[in-house]
Amino acid sequence: MEFFIQQTAAGLTSGAIYACVALGLVMIYVSTDHINFAQGEMAMFATYIAWMLIDAGVPFWLAFGLTALIAFVGGLLIQRFILKPLETAPVLALVVCFIALLSIFNALAGMIWSYTIKQFPSPFPQYDISGHGLVSVQQLGVVAVTLVMLGILTVFFRYTTLGLAMRAAAQNASSARLMGVRVSWMLALGWGLAAAIGSIAGMLVAPIVFLDPNMMTGILVYGFAGALVGGIGNPMGAVAGGFIVGVLENLVGSYIIGNELKLTFALVVVVGVLILKPAGLFGQIIVKRV
Amino acid sequence: MAALSKSWATKSGFGWMAIVFWALLAVLPLIGFIHEDPSFDYYMFMGQSMLIYGIAVLGLNLLIGFNGQISLGHSAFFAVGAYTTAILMNFAGIPYWATIPIAGLVCFGAGFLFGFPALKLEGHYLALATFTLAIAVPQLLKYKAIAGWTGGVGGVLLDKPDPPFDLPLSADQFLYYLCLIVAMAMFWIVFNLLRGRSGRAMMAIRDHAMAAGTMGIDTGLYKTLTFGISAAITGVAGALSAITVAYVAPDSFTLQLSVSFLVGLVIGGIASLPGCLVGGAFIVLVQNSSQSISDWMKVTFALRYDVPAWAIYGILLLVLMYFMPSGLMGGATALKEKLFGRSAKDDAASDSATVRSSHGD
Repeated sequence: MEFFIQQTAAGLTSGAIYACVALGLVMIYVSTDHINFAQGEMAMFATYIAWMLIDAGVPFWLAFGLTALIAFVGGLLIQRFILKPLETAPVLALVVCFIALLSIFNALAGMIWSYTIKQFPSPFPQYDISGHGLVSVQQLGVVAVTLVMLGILTVFFRYTTLGLAMRAAAQNASSARLMGVRVSWMLALGWGLAAAIGSIAGMLVAPIVFLDPNMMTGILVYGFAGALVGGIGNPMGAVAGGFIVGVLENLVGSYIIGNELKLTFALVVVVGVLILKPAGLFGQIIVKRV
Repeated sequence: MAALSKSWATKSGFGWMAIVFWALLAVLPLIGFIHEDPSFDYYMFMGQSMLIYGIAVLGLNLLIGFNGQISLGHSAFFAVGAYTTAILMNFAGIPYWATIPIAGLVCFGAGFLFGFPALKLEGHYLALATFTLAIAVPQLLKYKAIAGWTGGVGGVLLDKPDPPFDLPLSADQFLYYLCLIVAMAMFWIVFNLLRGRSGRAMMAIRDHAMAAGTMGIDTGLYKTLTFGISAAITGVAGALSAITVAYVAPDSFTLQLSVSFLVGLVIGGIASLPGCLVGGAFIVLVQNSSQSISDWMKVTFALRYDVPAWAIYGILLLVLMYFMPSGLMGGATALKEKLFGRSAKDDAASDSATVRSSHGD
């Protein structure tokens, strides 16, 4: 039983990180209908920036905020300069473009910071609070940051004019445009937010998996799985999906298939959800008009 | 219809230009007899790799360019082909040449099976599912329970075959011919497939799946079949790579391999058959000269760091998407039209469908 609780807690921690990645994916999906394959590498790149800041003596939480801000601006610029010209391009061109971004960020990080593994400091102390080695402050902290972020986003989208404008642009671009919403800029904002959320995921996961240019590849796949389980058009669903996938991954890994097939498990989840329930658990079924 | 097949014959590779081209490729190794060069075998090895990548890109092109299904997971089928050959040669004692068709069949099965779930997926979602496949495969190959066959992390070492019948060729010259013959066979198969009824069905599905369905095309069957054939061709390339490199290891079949296929596809030109070979050659050239490209870039742009091949691939993909979405072959056609003033209509522009104009939603 103790082992079970321990694994579930660990699952919730990684679930929180998958939830962040999933949230970033949903941000971009909701505003542009695209699936951003470069999400993981963008997050990794931002985490390196945080590492540099901390290395230069900036306190952790200040570096945390600064990095999120830098990532936000970076995401905005990527949308403005690289993706805007392709707004009407077919899917293949976009997929190629995302893969190109993925390659470039991975290579850039390797170029600038080398492929050797780096330690990333954790803002949370390691000791456990239950006294049985079950739940550590680190784990609680990661989950808390994710939930706070979700709260802020919910408030932003529900109760601010800008959030409403972004939702309008995503739901019906032409009507939103007639109402005076600058749709193209809303998409850029969506990208910026996604990049910022991604960077937070990167900074939360880096203390656990260590920092290296390939650290996000597997996590991105779980993020995809989480987003799909929850319904890729639904932020709340994505967070729930991320937690579900995290817990399932850990339990299935420790009881059934072992750690070596975890990515295969993610593949099964992705393909399974896409086939059996493409809308996810909390997503809306979209009927296409022909 | 006659006009169509005529334009196909001249444009897609099996007219007289194609014969000259393949003949040139066949003569190349003979240079080794006239011109003594200690690194000639290495050039032959590069030639083999170019042909192998060309075949792999051909498989991917059949799927993406002619059927409109996006795959980022073809490294997985390449891996299945390579491992099939390695395991058959090592444990079943089957001669290397006989493993190639078996690898093709196994990959056809794998691709066909993966094609079923892929049926329900389109565009981004299919890209996503195949992306996951590409990421999962290296880990799966390292799995302990099958390490007895796959060699786990270490992979499998194979023997490089010697030329048969006492042919006066070096091992690498012979392997080059092996790759060339297989490549010709694959291009011939795809060329004929596309020229006929099935090819038209595939392209109709790419251009408008629903319209194709109402015309009586069994879209589901054709899509899964195309997935299977595409995987089989890429798997054959994988088998050849296992034979020529004489070694397979899980970490050579990562997402990066899929990305390099994609680069080859985009460089050569989507839905262009000769473009596949151009793309294959290009991949090998970039891989081999990434150090010198990196040095050149360091000097030209005053960079402080080495530029890895990934970055070069990425930048190329972006640049091509903006400036030459139909690849080198498409760019060459456009240039020819500009110079000789041929109207685009004669050229049945639809069959060299560009990224921008094909399967838009």
